[in-house]
Amino acid sequence: MMPETPSKRQLLQGNEAIAHGALAAGCRFFAGYPITPASEISEELATLMPRSGGTFIQMEDEIASMGAIIGASLAGVKAMTATSGPGFSLIQENLGYACAAEVPCVVVNVMRGGPSTGLATSPAQGDVQMARWGTHGDHPIIVLAVSTVSDCFTTTIKAFNLSEQFRVPVIILSDEIVAHTRECVELPAPEEVYIINRIRPSVPPEWYKPYEGDSRGIPAMASFGDGYRHHITGLVHDDHGFPTENPGEILNFHQRLTQKITRGFPEIMMTRSYRLEDAEVAIIAYGSVARSAMRAVEEARQQGIRAGLLQLITLFPFPRSHVTPVLKQCRAVLVPEMNMGQISREVQRVNQSFCTVVKHNRVDGQVITPDELSTRLIKM
Amino acid sequence: MSVSTQTIRHEYLRHNKKFPHVWCPGCGNGIVMAALLRAIYRMELSKDEVVLASGIGCSGRMPTYLDFNTLHTTHGRALTFATGVKLANPALNVVVVMGDGDATAIGGNHFIHAARRNLNLTAIIINNSIYGMTGGQYSPTTPFGARSTTSVYGHIEQAFSIAELAVTAGASFVARSTVYHAELLDTLIEQAMHKQGFAVVEVISNCHVQYGRRNQLGGAVDMLKSYKENAITVARAAQLTAEQLEGKTTIGVLTDRQLPVSTEEYEKIRLRAEQS
Repeated sequence: MMPETPSKRQLLQGNEAIAHGALAAGCRFFAGYPITPASEISEELATLMPRSGGTFIQMEDEIASMGAIIGASLAGVKAMTATSGPGFSLIQENLGYACAAEVPCVVVNVMRGGPSTGLATSPAQGDVQMARWGTHGDHPIIVLAVSTVSDCFTTTIKAFNLSEQFRVPVIILSDEIVAHTRECVELPAPEEVYIINRIRPSVPPEWYKPYEGDSRGIPAMASFGDGYRHHITGLVHDDHGFPTENPGEILNFHQRLTQKITRGFPEIMMTRSYRLEDAEVAIIAYGSVARSAMRAVEEARQQGIRAGLLQLITLFPFPRSHVTPVLKQCRAVLVPEMNMGQISREVQRVNQSFCTVVKHNRVDGQVITPDELSTRLIKM
Repeated sequence: MSVSTQTIRHEYLRHNKKFPHVWCPGCGNGIVMAALLRAIYRMELSKDEVVLASGIGCSGRMPTYLDFNTLHTTHGRALTFATGVKLANPALNVVVVMGDGDATAIGGNHFIHAARRNLNLTAIIINNSIYGMTGGQYSPTTPFGARSTTSVYGHIEQAFSIAELAVTAGASFVARSTVYHAELLDTLIEQAMHKQGFAVVEVISNCHVQYGRRNQLGGAVDMLKSYKENAITVARAAQLTAEQLEGKTTIGVLTDRQLPVSTEEYEKIRLRAEQS
């Protein structure tokens, strides 16, 4: 049966659009645990997955959800989970496993106020650095951010594609505003969706080395049951997947994990430019804040300020090659976030005295408005 | 059986893996591994259709040595990974090997929910009453009063009875053996793997290095002898009082019941969803 993907205009909530995007990308396994403000993703997929020949399961906690999607992916099925702050803390253990064992999977974190139980129904962007560094040890990961309902659909497909292409978990950071905003979106027909699937081994089973990278450092991936019997472990392993304590093999393991992402920078790093051509001041924003930022740029332009916006879709690996030209071009850059300054520290890190980087932070559970941003732009 | 265990073992051991294994001489894990292999051999399963998953600990290393689709997961989480594998490809025969700490401390929540959920999985829990790999700390099955590296003055908590816990949590099939009763163990593992639904086999095993040594239980052979002396069948146990059962280990099939298997129930959900 064809996936439940509508090919017409639909009024959808951000969370629902993520569910539709996952199905369009070929996701056929979802495991989740109820949590505000992410629950609608589970609810939508509990309805749609069985109609699409896929599987939905509600697990006993988020640790289990993460384990289950790794298991499903190892059996050859594209898999996703969705959660929010406290659950995002719980998935970190097995997320590290997916990084180490190079298991493609997508994790949605609909950010709410933190720390701890925090502000369960309020928007925030406090999990940005955690998405990059939450699980222990050096590890590769890709983090994407969504700002509109349309983004929720297209970025989820992109997340699956990157995950399959690079054999790496991909995190989608949404927030409570994007999750619960309803917008009219044009969803493509299934045949119009560009899909990337993991590379399967082409060698005979006896030649197969599950962790031998190709020219880009990405190993071909067999599924359990398809004749390529192999070992998967969270221990540091050699090309055969077996645990190793050999320093040379340990080094190879780490270098390949890092380099497969480094080599993919051009494909992984995504941003959107808005009115940057002649900009003297710019906003660098992501998530729902980018929506206010776009409006603020318009308001500033009406006041005669040459303002522009660089919207980050990829947060990690940090899109330095996209950010640096903006820093060089502008005299000042404003980085508004619903946290105490998590991407601004990345911007400051890559800013080699090119311009002034100004933070704008809000953690009171309220949205950052266009007015407060245009006021800052006019003063910059 | 005409084929020797040694022949069977060599059929299923991974010859491209660098041995030796990590287990101490005399460890019960090898007996459990051989029993599992004999059961798989008898069932005539192809290596490609078997998935062997494990958690962390001494038992967790078993899949590394065996030529199946093998999955060494995180501590306590093996059942969650196995749940995903089984639901994604129900044709696979998924066996999960865990230790007592792995399955009932850090993985306790997953264990009871896997039993309640009743997927078609086989869980083998090797219960040696101790965290062996990390150096002999007390586990959820360390008896009251026992010594360990974290209960040097005697243990003050009560132990879980794993098989009874599985029965209460709703598993379709629950059995217990000891590593002394190796032939019974073969049969129980085979029954568990045939069972439609969540099947648990608890195996009482010896960690003479970390547990026996600190509790004056002797070496591996002494501990196996004690299993022989203290084991009592389910049928015999039913005739005894609680006092008479003190210190005994009940072996055999504790529960074998027909319950809806969620892998099959989900197929019905797909039909209902398509019609709605």
